[in-house]
Amino acid sequence: MNKARQNPLNTAAMHGALILYTLIALFPVFVIIINSFKTRRAIFREPLALPDAESFSLIGYQTVMKQGDFFLYFQNSLIVTVVSLAFVLLFGAMAAFALSEYRFKGNMIMGLYLALGIMIPIRIGTVAILEMMVATGLVNTLWALILVYTAQGLPLAVFILSEFMRQVSDDLKNAGRVDGLSEYTIFFRLVLPLVRPAMATVAVFNMIPIWNDLWFPLILAPAEETKTLTLGSQVFIGQFVTDWNAVLSALSMAILPVLVLYVIFSRQLIRGITSGAVK
Amino acid sequence: MQTRRIRWHIAVFLAPAVLVYTAVMIFPLFNTLRLALFTEVDQTRVYVGLQNFRTLFFDPIWSEQFWNALGNNFWFFLVHMLVQNPIGVALAAILSHPRLRFAALYRSAIFIPTILSFVIVGFAWKLILSPLWGIAPSMLDAVGLKSLFAPWLGKEEYALTTLALVSVWQFVGIPMMLIYAALLSIPEEILEAGEIDGITGASAFWKIKLPLILPSIGIISILTFVGNFNAFDLIYVSQGALAGPDFSTDILGTFMYRTFFGFQLQLGDPHMGSAIAGAMFAIILVGVCIYLFGIQTRMRRYQL
Repeated sequence: MNKARQNPLNTAAMHGALILYTLIALFPVFVIIINSFKTRRAIFREPLALPDAESFSLIGYQTVMKQGDFFLYFQNSLIVTVVSLAFVLLFGAMAAFALSEYRFKGNMIMGLYLALGIMIPIRIGTVAILEMMVATGLVNTLWALILVYTAQGLPLAVFILSEFMRQVSDDLKNAGRVDGLSEYTIFFRLVLPLVRPAMATVAVFNMIPIWNDLWFPLILAPAEETKTLTLGSQVFIGQFVTDWNAVLSALSMAILPVLVLYVIFSRQLIRGITSGAVK
Repeated sequence: MQTRRIRWHIAVFLAPAVLVYTAVMIFPLFNTLRLALFTEVDQTRVYVGLQNFRTLFFDPIWSEQFWNALGNNFWFFLVHMLVQNPIGVALAAILSHPRLRFAALYRSAIFIPTILSFVIVGFAWKLILSPLWGIAPSMLDAVGLKSLFAPWLGKEEYALTTLALVSVWQFVGIPMMLIYAALLSIPEEILEAGEIDGITGASAFWKIKLPLILPSIGIISILTFVGNFNAFDLIYVSQGALAGPDFSTDILGTFMYRTFFGFQLQLGDPHMGSAIAGAMFAIILVGVCIYLFGIQTRMRRYQL
């Protein structure tokens, strides 16, 4: 490192550009959240002012609480996301272990077969998925969503996890075999704990698209009792479109859980992306 | 010699993933393509061969909508390629600068829109751009550009570009992160060697770093392509299934949804919907193949 690449004017310009873009990125979120705490008049009169004693109001949140079943929606989203992630991780890790550990006929083809889904979006098959869910009676159940998201997440999970599993030392596994451990014990006791960081990466990658998806909840589970938070807020906002307090509050409430998750997992997420897990 | 026994544990390890993946992803995918060859007459399914595709491409009522959606989709993709990816590369280039302070903070903040759902993004921008609320006009007024304001989402000629830019705003974090990772993996020695030859600053970026991150730019392009050609949510949230005004924001995703699920007065037609899905599948497949065989294999890779 030397001084040729450091010069104060340059540094100021770089910070200027980054601050400008950060403002662009955060401004809409900021405007929505501050206005959700204001009275209707204040929202329209001074949209950019922070709520003060005079303009502060929780009327929007009261409407949301009264009218929408947001706790149920939140619970549905949470169940779908957590269970899908668990399946993606467990099944993905098992398949990745089989592909990376054993040599068998068709290993290569099986790997390619599972990798197909990385590039082809599952939405293309929606018509037949809906038909299948109707035929099996799974439509309007959370299981329909869980199955779809599990299938959607598996290809990339298998791909990333098998890359990592190849790095687990053979000596360790063979030592386990000498000690008479079964292949299952080797997988669950020795290998899984060692690839935990990769599992976390896969989990974080899958979490956001599952939580935010609108397409499949809209088509497979639009019933009131199975609405996810994303679909629930979309429908709610569509109905209350003229009640700006309610709309802004509903948006803020939808932002909050994602933002909290992001603050908790952002380091993991950024490390996952920058470690080159998706090459 | 050892007798080969069947190693059941391999099958046990593979079975759950392969079963779920095959049953919920691969099988429906092919079943959808198969359904595109049928139609419904008097509530029974009749095989009609490629008739649905003929209707889709040549019947004036359908083909006009299809080509409109396809054209819009290409414009949507083009805006992403021309705006999102260059901004992402530029941000990553700045962020990867050694000894830049607060880099982690900027990075996390700029990534925030990417984690928000389309519902939030779509409505938030709809409110901000709304002439009723007046945030956008009053901000333009502050910089003396009020005359530029128009109800962008309500005008046929601007709506699609506006939505594409909203989507760019949302997803710029992804190219930024991937390019950032690629830039960090360039060894310091290469840059120092360049410096000795007098290549610094901007020319170091154009002459040394950019050629080295081209493979990552290729990956981002194909990810953008696949993402854009099955996009749906943002348009649906902000303009509804009719993709107004007057279908000017209609893309393949919304077209397929309307066709197969039905809306207002039109009944849903799963077979025409499957035909549209088949067309989307073909487009994505062509894109992926161009990338895999045309671009990726020809791209020069440097051993770092």
